[in-house]
Amino acid sequence: MTAAPDHRPTFAQVALSDRLGAAAPFALIPVLVVLGFLAIGSSSSWLTLTVSGLAMGMMIFIMASGLTLVFGLMDVINFGHGAFISVGAFIGISVLIGLGGWTGAPSLLLNVAAVLLAVIAAMTVTGALGWGFERLIVRPVYGAHLKQILVTVGGLIVIEQLIHVIWGPDEIFLTRPETLKGAFTFWDAAIERYRLLAVVIGLVLFLAMRLVLKRTKIGLIVRAGVQNPEMVEALGYRLRLVFIGVFIAGSALAGLGGVMWGLYQEVITAGMGEQMMILVFIVVIIGGLGSVEGAFIGALLVGLMQNYIAFLAPTLALISNIGLMTAILMWRPQGMMPVVKAK
Amino acid sequence: MSETGPEPILSLSDLHTDIAQYRILEGVDLIVPRGQVTMLLGRNGVGKTTTLRSIIGHWRPRAGRILFDGVDITRAPTAHRARAGLGYVPEDMGIFTDLTVEENMVLAAVSAAPDPARLERIFAAFPPLKTFWRAKAGTLSGGQKQMLAIARAMAEERRLYLIDEPTKGLAPAIIATMAAALRTLKQEGATILMVEQNFAVARALGDRAAVMEAGRIVWSGAMAALAADTALQEQLMGLSMAAT
Repeated sequence: MTAAPDHRPTFAQVALSDRLGAAAPFALIPVLVVLGFLAIGSSSSWLTLTVSGLAMGMMIFIMASGLTLVFGLMDVINFGHGAFISVGAFIGISVLIGLGGWTGAPSLLLNVAAVLLAVIAAMTVTGALGWGFERLIVRPVYGAHLKQILVTVGGLIVIEQLIHVIWGPDEIFLTRPETLKGAFTFWDAAIERYRLLAVVIGLVLFLAMRLVLKRTKIGLIVRAGVQNPEMVEALGYRLRLVFIGVFIAGSALAGLGGVMWGLYQEVITAGMGEQMMILVFIVVIIGGLGSVEGAFIGALLVGLMQNYIAFLAPTLALISNIGLMTAILMWRPQGMMPVVKAK
Repeated sequence: MSETGPEPILSLSDLHTDIAQYRILEGVDLIVPRGQVTMLLGRNGVGKTTTLRSIIGHWRPRAGRILFDGVDITRAPTAHRARAGLGYVPEDMGIFTDLTVEENMVLAAVSAAPDPARLERIFAAFPPLKTFWRAKAGTLSGGQKQMLAIARAMAEERRLYLIDEPTKGLAPAIIATMAAALRTLKQEGATILMVEQNFAVARALGDRAAVMEAGRIVWSGAMAALAADTALQEQLMGLSMAAT
């Protein structure tokens, strides 16, 4: 046998077309925004709708990010995720109502402190709930999708009913903290303060998640685990522990999303999480299972689409997201940025 | 055959492993002595890969015992086995294709950042890994992926390497590179249990051989004895593979 010839690199970098292909989904957002501008015509309406769409998208992303990682890492379909959204909203809003003195005061500091406490309370409770949910409900059904659907839907119903038991059967109306109320005008467009805040929080969260996933060892383990969990174990990592951590974090993020969505709608119901799950699943599917970036792009597309269509052709609003999903799946049948390879 | 060394690094006794309703291993008895290369041979489908997967813990045996350096690991989680010093190179290489070569290596060094001296030795054995250090592992060629898979197992000190068909589907020149790297590893005193279909490679690297048939070890002994006896090879593996 002869030794291999001296190594000669045959390519210095990935071909431009491949790199553009991988980044193409990111370009969909500006494309949709420009299309929206052309269709709407009025720049002030367009700007209002765009900010509103981005805000909605960011909140959906917050709810979807945990779900996509849970699915990607352990192949678990968790319909119970919606329950964490509702519980998060009820806990957070209860804290805000309890702190009525703080939220009613026209002081930014007190308002922010109240919201922060509400968010911490909501995320703590939903994180703990997620931990219990994984242990009691999900653990016995690993590897069995049909059972997962049945048992997690069961969990969702039980938690929803518990909300009715604790908070009563009626929806709860609320008002946002003083300084988050109202809108300001920018280029003749009315922009609600709260929506802008939602955009900022969503963006910060996305960047933080990217940083953790790309730059830390735990992020490496998660990304590798989504691809090949067996091999991660064989390298010496207890993927189960990492997965429980991701499940808890994802549940806590659903709680955060619930508080934010409740403040956005100014009304909360026990069924709100279940309703949101339709959008959340669409986002996870078009983003590509397991992909945080895909979920981010998908959520923004869904948010923008919903707002543009509701303005342009309200009768089509109901099917706009299904249409978007169909179009994207025809383009990329595994979603925009699939991490989990088809099994 | 007499065993060398006081106590083997690994011993399997009466190992039975099922996959779904199929009985794949039906009582494997295998001893892997320290500081030697043991070749696991046999036809396709006799349970070689299943044996390695049972050792690392991807399949749970129904019965039997796995002793690793005197400790019973039959029920231990996979991650514990890896941390106890098992390095595993699966048949499909198990490369994280969406991660860069560097990230693959960082993950492989479980307890700390990869040791620079160790990395230099790996680069010397597999130069392409240095060239494509920051490239996504998915863009590597098949041979380069196999290099990465072995390099990952070498990223830390291991007490036993489990390597499943490292030359599968590779061009002859790349096989030579792979064999040279494995020989270096062997000369450094590594203990290796390797599944290999390429008999030339198996004969060149192996100190000992164990041949499987229908979920059992049917012959084990010195590689030299098997290599010298074509009739035995014919009988055990069904065809003479000593042509090369």
